[in-house]
Amino acid sequence: MKFSFSAEQEEFRSNLRRFLADRSPTKEVRRLMETDEGYERNVWRAINAELGLTAIRIPEPYGGQGFGFGEQCIVLEEMGRALLCAPYFATAVLATGAILNAGTETEKQALLPGLASGETIGALAWVEDNGRWDAEGTTLTATRPDGETVLNGDKTYVVDGHTADLIVVLARAAQGLSLFTVDGNATGLTRRSLKSMDPTRKFARLEFDDVAAIPLGPAGGATAPFARTMIEASVCLANEMVGGADRLREDALAYAMMRMQFGKPIASFQSMKHKQADMLLEVELAKSAAYYAAASLDDGDDDAVANAHLAKACASDAYMQTAIHAVQIHGGIGFTWDNDTHLWFKRAKSSEVLLGDASYHRELMLQKWAA
Amino acid sequence: MIEISEDTVRAEVRAWLAANWNPDYGLVQWRLKLAESGWGVPHWPSRWYGRDLPVGLVPVVEEEFKRIGAIGVAKVGIRTLAAATILEHGTDWQKEKFLLRILTGEDIWCQLFSEPGSGSDVAGAVTRAEFRGNQWVVNGQKVWTTSAHKAHWGLLLARTDWDKRKHQGLSYFILDIKQPGVTVQPLRQMNGYASFNQVFLTDAKVEPEFLVSEVGNGWAVTTTTLMHERRGADGLRSWAIPSDKSGRAYDEEREEIRTTMEPYKWYPQRAGRVDLIMERARATGKINDPRLIMAKAAEWTARRARAAQEQGRPQGPEGSLGKLASSLIARAAARVHTSLLGPDALLTGDDSPMNGLLAEILVSVPATSIAGGTDEIQRNIISERVLRMPRERTGDTDKPFKDVPRNTVA
Repeated sequence: MKFSFSAEQEEFRSNLRRFLADRSPTKEVRRLMETDEGYERNVWRAINAELGLTAIRIPEPYGGQGFGFGEQCIVLEEMGRALLCAPYFATAVLATGAILNAGTETEKQALLPGLASGETIGALAWVEDNGRWDAEGTTLTATRPDGETVLNGDKTYVVDGHTADLIVVLARAAQGLSLFTVDGNATGLTRRSLKSMDPTRKFARLEFDDVAAIPLGPAGGATAPFARTMIEASVCLANEMVGGADRLREDALAYAMMRMQFGKPIASFQSMKHKQADMLLEVELAKSAAYYAAASLDDGDDDAVANAHLAKACASDAYMQTAIHAVQIHGGIGFTWDNDTHLWFKRAKSSEVLLGDASYHRELMLQKWAA
Repeated sequence: MIEISEDTVRAEVRAWLAANWNPDYGLVQWRLKLAESGWGVPHWPSRWYGRDLPVGLVPVVEEEFKRIGAIGVAKVGIRTLAAATILEHGTDWQKEKFLLRILTGEDIWCQLFSEPGSGSDVAGAVTRAEFRGNQWVVNGQKVWTTSAHKAHWGLLLARTDWDKRKHQGLSYFILDIKQPGVTVQPLRQMNGYASFNQVFLTDAKVEPEFLVSEVGNGWAVTTTTLMHERRGADGLRSWAIPSDKSGRAYDEEREEIRTTMEPYKWYPQRAGRVDLIMERARATGKINDPRLIMAKAAEWTARRARAAQEQGRPQGPEGSLGKLASSLIARAAARVHTSLLGPDALLTGDDSPMNGLLAEILVSVPATSIAGGTDEIQRNIISERVLRMPRERTGDTDKPFKDVPRNTVA
């Protein structure tokens, strides 16, 4: 399924698009982004329940729907298009991904059903103040002073970290890099909302002071599953990003067709036509990379990792460039708060950097190709 | 013909300042003295508060003011554009009424040119001015007006004749902003500031004496205002530096600068803060990052742009090169700042470095490519007027304006 979607997938996409257009109009985005949480639990629960969105990639034995990245990335693309304010990426991509990759059978049985149903809001805490997107930056410690594991240290830029029920944490134990799960309300855990450049995606700083933690996977065994989780998350984010980029592109086109200056629509100026054509090309290329990367994961391709880096790099550039063009095409009003362009512009800015910027991923991609 | 030499002027103004400047004067009090002596605006006609000094000698006078630390006439804001416009096109009555209070800073001015339906196409204004009985009655909507909420007077471009061709049906008025028919509403921006306003004109009144130049000559007058705006765009920065000296006049000037410059607080960030790049590179340890080649190039390009801007005076289309360059620099700077910020680019406000200043750059830079003439307009000016490439026909200047297609909703 690398170069086209099936009829079922297309139908799923168009239903979802209609559904999200109805449940997440811009007015709703603006309402939710002003809240501290960034979403409303009951609203999100209702949306999630209708289509089983958090269950999509969880295997059926754990209460999930058993689909692959192909399907989940359709969900992400449409959410990115609608700029849905919901803890989906944190729960269904980051936390769920880590558990699927690292968890033992027992752990998966314990943790996945709640995530699948949407009852449990999840988060993944791994980045620290040194700002590294990879596992090497981990200094938070996991120790067992009285036989029970406790975590000490800080994590930051945790997506939806301040509202999550279940937090997956990357730590250094005596045996090496290890993953753990922590209750969002655990004693010794201080959670602080950070001021987000993009108010539609909230980040938190977490301080761990002897916080009780349950192992996720064998001690010292987190390196490979965590790396895999990052690759998968990059692909998922790239797909979310191309949805947003395409939305911006379409809105900017519609504006250019409507807006008149000098007695004619600005769409009739050659420079505008060329810009719109370039925008379409850039977004479509980014889509191709994102879709191919998702299919590579499902098919277990050898170059799946390199493709993931390529897709994220491509999406970082395409979404940001499209956003810059979109503001420009709207002229002065594109710079106003009341115009919707800045909402997606800020998501583009935030996503450009989340999980590593284009340069970071290009470097990793080239290292893979050169190996 | 008496030859005015640099030395003569320097000696004269130096003597006058030494004898007259006193930082404990009230600001208005001091500026009235400046107006009376002609040293406030020496290049203006002597009939109107100047000394008929050639423009080339003005820097000499400015140097002497700077040397002694004397404050000048009010220069920040739209008022200088109003003065230049009135001097060139206004009646003696208008010069009597407005010029002095512009120099003292007592009157605040705003510009009412852009409309929701006419941004790049400034001459496409549809704000309507009709002569009814013994006065003009104005209806319409203006946008991107800085300081409208504080202003006393506005420079208004309005359409007075719909049967004439686009540029020929426009007239220029001085509008009393404080009247009931004028409503000002702030416009919030994507970077959180609300520096600009929408101005709604509902049966706003303009007395006949407030028409500037003839009916139908509004475009020529507007061009004068815009020319001075482009020329002075640099000036906004240099005049706006408050002194840290003590004295009543300095206190009052500080307050004047603070209130006038309030809407422009984010302007340095919208330009990209190229000045911060090397400092940030050192602070983040990314000094060896190859991406910083772009930063150095951006810095040198910024200097070339400033030089191009300076060469652009007296106002020619070459100024568009400078403006386009600043836009490209601002965008490049935003990219470099993003890469230097790393994950901190996810944040804003006091959770992000430099207390949100860098985050502000990222959401302010888009304005550089739009305000004061979009990049697209600059490219048109450069290609058509500098490179003399053939103009595209737009088809909106060969028919009565009423027959030109336009959006009916603002």
